[in-house]
Amino acid sequence: MSMLTLGYSVLFYFAAFILFAGLAFRIYTYAKTPSPLKIVVTPAPTTKAGVVYRMWREVVLFESLFRSSKWTWVFGWAFHFGMLLVLLRHLRYIIETPWTWVNMIQPFGIYAGFLMLLGLLGLWARRILVDRVRYISAPSDHLMLAMIVGITATGLLMKFVSGTDVIAVKNFMLGLIYFDIQPMPEDPILLTHLGLVGLLMIVFPYSKLLHAPGVFFSPTRTQVDNPREQRHVTPWAKDDVS
Amino acid sequence: MADYEIPELKDIPVIPSIKEGAMAHSAPFVSRAPFQEKLGYPDELVDNWQEVAIEKLGDMTKKYRSLKVFLDSCVKCGACTDKCHYFLGTTDPKNMPVARQDLLRKVYRRYFTLAGKFFPKLVGATDLTKEVLDDWYSYYHQCSQCRRCSVFCPYGIDTAEISMAAREILDTVGVGQKYCNEIIGKVYEIGNNLGLPGPALKATLEDLEEDVEDDTGVAVKYPLDVQGADVLVVTPSADFFAEPHIDGLIGYGKVLHQAGISWTLSSHASEAGNFGMFLGSYDNMKRVAWRIREAALDLGVKRIVVGECGHAWRVAYQFWNTIAGPFDFLDPNYPVPQHIIEVTHDLIQRGALNLDPSANDDKRVTFHDSCNVARATRMGNTPGGQFVLPREVIKASVNHYFDMAPETIHDSTFCCGGGGGLLTDDLMELRVKGAMPRMQALNEVVKENDVNYLAAICAICKSQFTKTLPYYNFPMDMIGSVHGLVSEAIQLGTKE
Ligand code: SF4
Ligand code: SF4
Repeated sequence: MSMLTLGYSVLFYFAAFILFAGLAFRIYTYAKTPSPLKIVVTPAPTTKAGVVYRMWREVVLFESLFRSSKWTWVFGWAFHFGMLLVLLRHLRYIIETPWTWVNMIQPFGIYAGFLMLLGLLGLWARRILVDRVRYISAPSDHLMLAMIVGITATGLLMKFVSGTDVIAVKNFMLGLIYFDIQPMPEDPILLTHLGLVGLLMIVFPYSKLLHAPGVFFSPTRTQVDNPREQRHVTPWAKDDVS
Repeated sequence: MADYEIPELKDIPVIPSIKEGAMAHSAPFVSRAPFQEKLGYPDELVDNWQEVAIEKLGDMTKKYRSLKVFLDSCVKCGACTDKCHYFLGTTDPKNMPVARQDLLRKVYRRYFTLAGKFFPKLVGATDLTKEVLDDWYSYYHQCSQCRRCSVFCPYGIDTAEISMAAREILDTVGVGQKYCNEIIGKVYEIGNNLGLPGPALKATLEDLEEDVEDDTGVAVKYPLDVQGADVLVVTPSADFFAEPHIDGLIGYGKVLHQAGISWTLSSHASEAGNFGMFLGSYDNMKRVAWRIREAALDLGVKRIVVGECGHAWRVAYQFWNTIAGPFDFLDPNYPVPQHIIEVTHDLIQRGALNLDPSANDDKRVTFHDSCNVARATRMGNTPGGQFVLPREVIKASVNHYFDMAPETIHDSTFCCGGGGGLLTDDLMELRVKGAMPRMQALNEVVKENDVNYLAAICAICKSQFTKTLPYYNFPMDMIGSVHGLVSEAIQLGTKE
């Protein structure tokens, strides 16, 4: 086994561990932290089903963002939707015989990469050009964008310019999954691509990327508006003062 | 009139460029010894304040999911940056909701996240220094906890939650705000925010009865501490004598009189307001709310109705059941609590009130949705009832009604600029500047529809506008109570 293969194998095992363990820990922490009071932002649904629908609109359509900033919404949605297609497309590298739908979305997934890049660059431009957004940006906000732009750009490069041995990549990936390590192809663009992905996986649970699980635990959105109908009590808030 | 610039009202609202430090000088008076103690806080900045503050922050992130999730989830997308009336009015970037959150977040990151412990510069984490603490005191008292930013944040991040937590930390290390803490002290000692003792309240109400009878020829009662009344009305103490609040109280009395409902006020719970919320103090909020439960039990009432007060309605609607419930001793046929607007609206629907809107024909009315009512409560059974019911009550009482621009009403409403415990003279500059977005929207309907009356259902809004309207060249008596309009329109002696 080459040093390269070893290095990337270790990286991916480590990254996968950090990503899943880190996220599991976060979600566990969020879930067990109580919400002592009803703080839902109204008008809000009065039933659980209504909340599910509200969250669906929030997560799929970015409804609140649409109301607040059309440009951020356009770029943000293009980026996330593009990324979704791209990720789904990538399933074919980790499933031995991809399901039919994974094959069917391949052509869309390829161009979704451009959508993603457009969205990212738009968001970055806002971060640099709008004085208010510039003010609130930390170096890590730029770095995060740079990282994802890097991943997207190298991905597109491989697809449209230089090409890479996808069969070998798939073998390497499947090898990782079945604990039967296969050689990592020595393509510098691919190595950059996968290196950045590994890094992103590691950073994920320690960064603002936590907004992904966070949104499902945001009491202002996820609570049902029924404080008069149903008494809301959490353990630490039970004791009476009088 | 003032040694600062009054913001100019533009024809089309513009997002201002940021001006760093524009409001760095703004901070309310610090609370003094006797008041701190009553609330269970140290008198002055404790010696090991850093330690205490950090421990408190850690403790609160374990107690409040909102705080933990909000501190972790912000992506700095900037969608909220132009949503705060204080930013729009002051142009200070630290008044952008996300920047306000960051004042606490950067400390949270430094002490409680891996990235902040090892790479503070990279993620914008900083130590908790005295400067940071001063910034907290200044800028967490430039947030009226109005939640407008939360509506527009893709994750629902509510800066109000953050500023409540920050104020609780500040109080815990001994830096409290004089205005709020003094007022809560008065509630504990005397029973209401204005420090109006029971006998004085009784005399005030008797005077009021006389005035109303002189005015209308009908003996409308404003009862106090009546055992066995059906309804306990809890209202902000400003309703007892401040203008234009008192017209609202007169209105409630007339409505209940015409409907033949037996009701009473309570001297023990002569205050609907609950400044405990502004401090982010669960314990103080609970202690203040508990008085109302006691009064209801004492008087043996069947229902509790809350008067025109925004934050009080939030505490009542969202929190009472949790912090002062269960209210299983009240009549289950009515929601607990009920808003006076809900009561009046229901009576209008049932034809129990005789309202003649032409009595208000001199008025061309618009309605200011108060932030806490709009974004933290409901009226009636349908989401959004908090926008519909007050407007229907107004429209039943006046002939000329006009809404302000859609992006400034309903859940996009702008705070009056004086909410969240900032309604104090030592924050006048902030209040005037923070009122700008609302004044701008008002200006539009004044120009277009000759509006001459701004109706509200919040004691703080009413006081704030009385003070700030003149700065924008509007008459101070332009602001009024919704039940003041009902009071004018109701034809006493025709139904009862
Ligand atoms: S809108 Fe929400 S996520 Fe975006 S910057 Fe503001 S608080 Fe952060
Ligand atoms: S809660 Fe209101 S006052 Fe506070 S930051 Fe948000 S918009 Fe501004």
